[in-house]
Amino acid sequence: MAEALLEVRRLARRFAAVDVLKDVNLAVESGEVHGLIGPNGAGKTTFIHHVSGALRPDSGSVHFAGRDVTRLAMHQRVAAGMARSWQITNVFRGLSALDNVALAVQGRADSGSSFRFWRPVKGEAAMFDAAQGYLEQVGLQGKADAVAGNLSHGEQRALELAMALATKPQLLLLDEPMAGTGPEESARMVELIEHLARHVTILLVEHDMDAVFRLADRISVLVNGELVCTGTPEEVMNDAGVRRAYLGDHL
Amino acid sequence: MAFYRPAAWQKPLSLALLCALLALPTGLEALGQEFYIGFATRVLIFALAATSLNLVLGFGGMVSLGHAAFFGTGAYVAAICEQAGIAEALLAFPLAMAAAGLLALAVGAISLRTRGVYFIMITLAFAQMAYYLFVSARAWGGDDGLSLSRRMTLAGFSLASDTALFFAALAALTATMLLFGRLADARFGRALQAIRENETRMEALGYPVFRYRLVAFALGGALAGLAGALLANQTGLASPGLLQWTQSGTLLVMVIIGGVGYLYGGVVGAVVLLMLEETLVGFTEHWHIVLGLLLLGVVLFAPRGVAALFGKRHG
Repeated sequence: MAEALLEVRRLARRFAAVDVLKDVNLAVESGEVHGLIGPNGAGKTTFIHHVSGALRPDSGSVHFAGRDVTRLAMHQRVAAGMARSWQITNVFRGLSALDNVALAVQGRADSGSSFRFWRPVKGEAAMFDAAQGYLEQVGLQGKADAVAGNLSHGEQRALELAMALATKPQLLLLDEPMAGTGPEESARMVELIEHLARHVTILLVEHDMDAVFRLADRISVLVNGELVCTGTPEEVMNDAGVRRAYLGDHL
Repeated sequence: MAFYRPAAWQKPLSLALLCALLALPTGLEALGQEFYIGFATRVLIFALAATSLNLVLGFGGMVSLGHAAFFGTGAYVAAICEQAGIAEALLAFPLAMAAAGLLALAVGAISLRTRGVYFIMITLAFAQMAYYLFVSARAWGGDDGLSLSRRMTLAGFSLASDTALFFAALAALTATMLLFGRLADARFGRALQAIRENETRMEALGYPVFRYRLVAFALGGALAGLAGALLANQTGLASPGLLQWTQSGTLLVMVIIGGVGYLYGGVVGAVVLLMLEETLVGFTEHWHIVLGLLLLGVVLFAPRGVAALFGKRHG
């Protein structure tokens, strides 16, 4: 097996009296799509927040690309090659799709300093060409000038992916990319993620089981803040602990 | 939100206005109304101060209630320079800007770790600290403030005449508006406006949000310092009152009346407020009542400010 790109060690977080994450160990290998599933309230989104740097753990550590990033701020982790999407669509609704992605390109270290006060951005053809390229990757090439807030829900989800891609990540953290999408949009999103997975490692949190089992090379299951199992889709499907967690209430 | 985009007529109108202002002193002299040259200078200076706050508030989304600290610091640095024998504005004004900018950098470095109402309160607290510092500084005149024995020179030309100072203030405001207009379309301005809308999103795109805010805050402080230095030259006095929170409030009111986040919001607000004061003071001491009504009217009927009535921010 390749060296883990992301390694989370004994990550723990408590909110008030509730242990939301209990010593979670999780490794995402370079090149894989790693699914993270679990019942509602299991702590999946909280986990993503800790990996991305939006929240700091009480204990434990996050290692990314061979480096301890536990103390790094979110923007530093992005610069190190980690990008995320949100469960609830998070784009600049008043800006065109192209401007949304151009902002992401602008923020990248290799596109130079953003502390420029005089030269108009409009003249930076390279930046907008790059942005257009990411829109094409997610199938939004025809929507460059559309105001993001006027795009369909599925298109906004795709736009968000384009913004994440524009940061040139090694690892994509996708928090329920299918959330709120219809069956058709969902299918398109699965295709899109399959396509992206050829170039980038993905940690995928998703409720749509069909999608997860189709996309993921390995799956981890989080229940009540505890990681109960990690394995191939078959192993996870046959795991007694997982069955108990998902069906337990009905037995 | 959309990025700031000026209306098509804004550029020709600004140029026309600039031409009119260039001819204003001559015109007023011809009419025998020289008194108003001083008044117009005061408007320009406050327009500059309000515009510097608009950069922080309108483009940066930071509601600072301590902006007068930087304004007043600029005035004091000018007065201190003059007393120390530095009577050249090309030296004294940059010093005033540097001092005010550095103070803003320090205040911002701490304040910008907070958000919302806490940010308002902490900027207010810092400004009040600066106010009491100057009140208690005997060497700088304490309560009475520090006076300038005469106006400075600019590149060797004396600013002693009201007309000369008017042109100095006009040059400062014009340069600031030019910078401000360019900045809005430049990388920094776009990043700053996007941060105002959604800082978490920008952080997740790899932007060190804190640094952008801090630079904008310090830049706003430095420009307020320039306005303060000009005002000290006009009135011949740097007084602690310039740093008081009511002064911060006045600048805020100017920006709100003029239009938060509009390039000319600060200018329009300063013109409206000072003309109103000038007109009403002749009738009643209680002109603030009318100001209150005006503010109420703006908030109710033109919540985006007067500048918004004439142009759209959303392209």
